[in-house]
Amino acid sequence: MAALDPIKTAVRSPRGGLSAAVLVLVVACALFAPWIAPYAYDIQNLPGSNAEPSRTHWMGTDEFGRDLMSRIIYGARTSLSVAITAISISVVSGLTLGAMAGYFGGWFDRAVTAVVDLTWSFPEILIALILIAIIGPGVESVMVAISIAYLAQFTRLTRAQIMALKNETYVEATANLGAGHFHIIFRHLLPNALTPVIVAGMLATGDAIILEATLGFFGLGAQPPTPSWGAMMSSGTAQIFIAPWIIIFPGLAIAATVISINLFGDALIEALDIRNRLRSV
Amino acid sequence: MDPSDPQSDDLVTLTDLTREFSSGGGFMKPRRTMRAVNNVSLGVPRGKVTGVVGESGCGKSTLARLVLRLLEATEGTVVFDGKNLATQSQTEMRKLRRQMQMVFQDPYSAIDPRYTIRRALLEPFQVQGDSKSAAEAKLAAEELISMVGLNPRMMASFPHQLSGGQKQRVGIARALALRPSFLVLDEPTASLDVSIQAQIIDLLENLKEELGLTYLFISHDLSLVRYFCDRVVVMYLGRVMEILPGPGVLPRHHYAHALLDSNFEPDPTRRKVVTMLSGEIPSPFATIPGCAFAARCPAATDLCNRERPPLADLGDGHMIACHHPMD
Repeated sequence: MAALDPIKTAVRSPRGGLSAAVLVLVVACALFAPWIAPYAYDIQNLPGSNAEPSRTHWMGTDEFGRDLMSRIIYGARTSLSVAITAISISVVSGLTLGAMAGYFGGWFDRAVTAVVDLTWSFPEILIALILIAIIGPGVESVMVAISIAYLAQFTRLTRAQIMALKNETYVEATANLGAGHFHIIFRHLLPNALTPVIVAGMLATGDAIILEATLGFFGLGAQPPTPSWGAMMSSGTAQIFIAPWIIIFPGLAIAATVISINLFGDALIEALDIRNRLRSV
Repeated sequence: MDPSDPQSDDLVTLTDLTREFSSGGGFMKPRRTMRAVNNVSLGVPRGKVTGVVGESGCGKSTLARLVLRLLEATEGTVVFDGKNLATQSQTEMRKLRRQMQMVFQDPYSAIDPRYTIRRALLEPFQVQGDSKSAAEAKLAAEELISMVGLNPRMMASFPHQLSGGQKQRVGIARALALRPSFLVLDEPTASLDVSIQAQIIDLLENLKEELGLTYLFISHDLSLVRYFCDRVVVMYLGRVMEILPGPGVLPRHHYAHALLDSNFEPDPTRRKVVTMLSGEIPSPFATIPGCAFAARCPAATDLCNRERPPLADLGDGHMIACHHPMD
């Protein structure tokens, strides 16, 4: 299929191929955690706590003697599911809002732009913290907070695309055939505006993983014993001098995942040749 | 003649059609209004080609969009086949669009780049809610594509794989899909090579004969208008200056004369002295109480600056808006 060609091109480039391999590994960990993980993530073994990496525990154990590698593998589930769900909600809402604002203009556009520009002027972490302060901690709140924190970006990007596209002759030509707004937005404008928004969404997923880890670090995300990379790092700070691996390995997992997402996204931008369209926000 | 009479010779009748655009404005700053189309009254006779010529910015394209109600008129009416377009509901308007279609100036952006030619050709039916079986759709698309002289093998191509002329043919086929009786051609050849222009004009001429179409042909190409049109409307600053009932009729308005005279004559033995106009086109934002051309007209008098000349009939449908027409 033609739509998959840019992905193939991206995978064939060196950095795209390497990052794709890491991403496949992380996704596989998240999907098949119960079969891959050598131990259960919540079995405590207090005499074996803070054990350094060994043959039996490749990444060592944490302060409760739980196998760190198993917790990191299960942690991929939390990180990826929260980030991907949140960004998906954000992309879909941003596409809808941005398309309506860009297409119809008028007071609706002014209202959307005002709110979006207001949230755009704050860092995402601040918006997320404020929202969690209002709705309370937990996995669902983190998802909602992240999706709202990134909404401004996708709304602005979509709106800019739609405003440029709606002056194309084919829009007028289709209107002259008797097409309504619905047909023009969903059959012409959104399909043409979709690619940069999807790629921006993919890149934002990397940021969302960091944001989720940050919120987890503050104890606002997944609650114990559910493993989350951020929360694991947080608990590792107390043992940083006696068991540094507790903080290092989750940190490496976050870094590897986010770097891979960014590299692959970059390769994809190159393959699709859309760098200019992403910059036009 | 009563424009609401469906038996009228005119398929489309424009009455006092005006469209204003405003721009600017802000804190303590007034908005400025310009009249792109200013009180245009015009009939488009059935089965004929009516040409509209004028310089860039004279309101030709705005007029085209008003005629099809792609833009709403500020004042005045468009009556199409006995129906006032402004009073039609959305549903009625959608039905009416089957009758009136448009070929656009820029074939390069007139087809969605993500659509195959086949999908673009079938879109008119989809939009109008004509359900077709796979076999019927195939037949309809093939009929359309051969009607405009393209190979049905192009059906699976994307627009970027076609040349400008081929794209314009697809644009024409799309406009004809719903079997319209009226076609607005907005500079359909302006962005094509000269050799391709001739082919497209030929095609349009043949289609007109075959399908009994009525054309409103917008152009700035004077020789093309003279060749192609049965009637020529000369516009200046949103106003109709003169309507020539036939291609051979000599213009008597000073502007129309200067415009049509600027046409290049390839035969050196028939070389002529070109009358050069002095001055510049007034700003479209300026309100001109008198004749729009008065500032540049060699025959202008006080009267021309004061009073707007009405469009008067000189006989045989030759209309002119001038206080002092040429002999």
